[in-house]
Amino acid sequence: MNRTIKVLVAKPGLDGHDRGAKVIAHALKEAGMEVVYTGLHQSVEAVVQAAVQEDVDVVGLSILTGGHLPICRKLMALLAEQGAGDKLVCVGGVIPSRDFEALRALGVKGIFPGGTPLSETVAFIRQHVASG
Amino acid sequence: MDVARYVKDDKDRIQAVTLSSGIPVKASYGPEDLAAVGFDYARDLGEPGEYPFTRNIFAEGYRSREWTTRQYTGFGTPRETNERFQLMIAHGQTGLNVAFDLPTQMGLDSDHPMAAGEVGRVGMAVDSLRDFEIAFGGIDLHRVGTGLTINAVAAIMLAMYQAVGEKLGFDRTRISATPQNDILKEVIGRGAWIYALDPAVKLIGDTIEYSIEAMPRTNPVSICGYHIRESGATPAQEMAYAFGIANSYIDEVVRRGYHPDQFVGRFSFNLNIFGNLWEQVAKFRAGRKVWAQNLKDKYGVKDPRNLWLRGLFAGGGSGLTKAEPENNIIRGAYYGMAAALSGAQTTALCSFDEAYTIPTPRSALLSLRTCQILMEEVGMRDTVDPLAGSYFVETLTKQMEEKIREEMADIDARGGMLACVKDGYVQRKVSRQAFEFEAALERGELVKVGVNKYATEGQHEVDLHEYNEAWAEEKIADLQEVRRTRDGDAARQTLKSLEAAARDGKNVMPFLVDCCRAYATVGEMADVFREVYGEFAEPKMF
Repeated sequence: MNRTIKVLVAKPGLDGHDRGAKVIAHALKEAGMEVVYTGLHQSVEAVVQAAVQEDVDVVGLSILTGGHLPICRKLMALLAEQGAGDKLVCVGGVIPSRDFEALRALGVKGIFPGGTPLSETVAFIRQHVASG
Repeated sequence: MDVARYVKDDKDRIQAVTLSSGIPVKASYGPEDLAAVGFDYARDLGEPGEYPFTRNIFAEGYRSREWTTRQYTGFGTPRETNERFQLMIAHGQTGLNVAFDLPTQMGLDSDHPMAAGEVGRVGMAVDSLRDFEIAFGGIDLHRVGTGLTINAVAAIMLAMYQAVGEKLGFDRTRISATPQNDILKEVIGRGAWIYALDPAVKLIGDTIEYSIEAMPRTNPVSICGYHIRESGATPAQEMAYAFGIANSYIDEVVRRGYHPDQFVGRFSFNLNIFGNLWEQVAKFRAGRKVWAQNLKDKYGVKDPRNLWLRGLFAGGGSGLTKAEPENNIIRGAYYGMAAALSGAQTTALCSFDEAYTIPTPRSALLSLRTCQILMEEVGMRDTVDPLAGSYFVETLTKQMEEKIREEMADIDARGGMLACVKDGYVQRKVSRQAFEFEAALERGELVKVGVNKYATEGQHEVDLHEYNEAWAEEKIADLQEVRRTRDGDAARQTLKSLEAAARDGKNVMPFLVDCCRAYATVGEMADVFREVYGEFAEPKMF
């Protein structure tokens, strides 16, 4: 595929630890993708609105506080409501393995806990956007 | 997670070593290296306890005073946090360092919609003076100093600390709080900012000015190179940026007509330890000298005690790994040793499970024990500045001093730290470096044991601290009871006076203390400032 993949890198909630979000944004840009960064302290509503307005292919959430399940539950519902349920949703940060299944059940496709190689995230997005 | 970069030949012999700050390390050092960097004992080191304090701020180091142990603690409601405080003090911890939950750090009450799911999660939830009364109940605040790890609303928490002291029978001139209160680093890393930067710095100026008379044992700011380093800065940048930030706060108070000698002695720093041991030690030794010279030459500070670089040198979370978490116990021990060899006044270590979540009582105690073993068994209190005189360490200290000065000059040339943070220069620079570090790790150019070398397959199980959803309900019920039972008119009146003071540009601290006494909530006070000061807008990053 030739078109540039467009990714929203989002920091939902009150947490401001954004090293990971910024590192992944740099990595995706280096890989030739277009990155829209929401900045900090975003409500889930604002993230969904940005995803729709910017017409991104991928919504990537960075969550370190442990609130990933309620945040993703709300995000998936709002995306579906907006007719944007087809976007590839990924989450990274402090995500314990015991929650992987629950996240997948919500429709989160990519789960990248801290320590995941950047190249793995990049490859996953390429593959899933291309095939989706 | 930065570590030095090694170049090896095909027989695994090291050909070159470059430290994170960009300084090359040689295979051996001798007197000729000291000559090459122009080392002079009297000028560069001086005696311990004497200017420029390279060796230590105290003549006898840890002989005269052990370092303070101050693990970062707080979760759930004030009741849970008070229990953990009591546990740590019972085990010999000598200071407190309060972790606040995100709603509190962001100036939101526990029942605010944005607080949902976050109440008591990463720290203690605080809504009003009632919570401090519970959290500090049974603790001798004349004896135990308290770090308040909060920034955007640090002025509110400092006022509340005074109010809780009064309530529990402690004199405000004898209690010692160390609010973090460093908004510029919060914008560079960690991100718990609220207000536009000019009024946010003004608010910090208010706390410093207020403390001079009202709370003389309080350290009103703790400038955090720590979080800047966690965000991707090199050790040299960590020090340079922290000093640049400190200078911005000094300028704010000097503008009000004070001499730095009146307040700068109460500044403290929160600095980071992870990565290469030698680089950390050189960083702190050089840092003490650069800071003392900065105050003396730039600000005309006279009293030698005001030239001290004092602070918490703490084992950094970024050095820890999720992979093979027990390795973090070993890392913590070395970071603690680096802190001791560097002459830290206060130390805390991230616990081994903190790559997962906040620590369990067992892991927090293990960090405390690590420090105690260093002091009691390993010999870290024996003699001051034990690495002094090493050809290598002294050469490296001189080179690190040079690097710190270069980074400071770069910031000064761009109009100072406030301008660089407003513009996003520093944020872009450190986040780019963080990416380059991760990419080099992935290419195998940098090594983390258990991550990209000697890595093992499979998940490692650790017992994790569990978040209890019931804490939020309990906290919200407490808050609503406070709102119901307080004298509502009195609370409203104090908030009105606070707003008027903020609009008139007065020092808001006495007004905040009145608000706290009247059980005004953190959200109510923070909203006054939101209204008057406006909110910060992030500069463009990408």
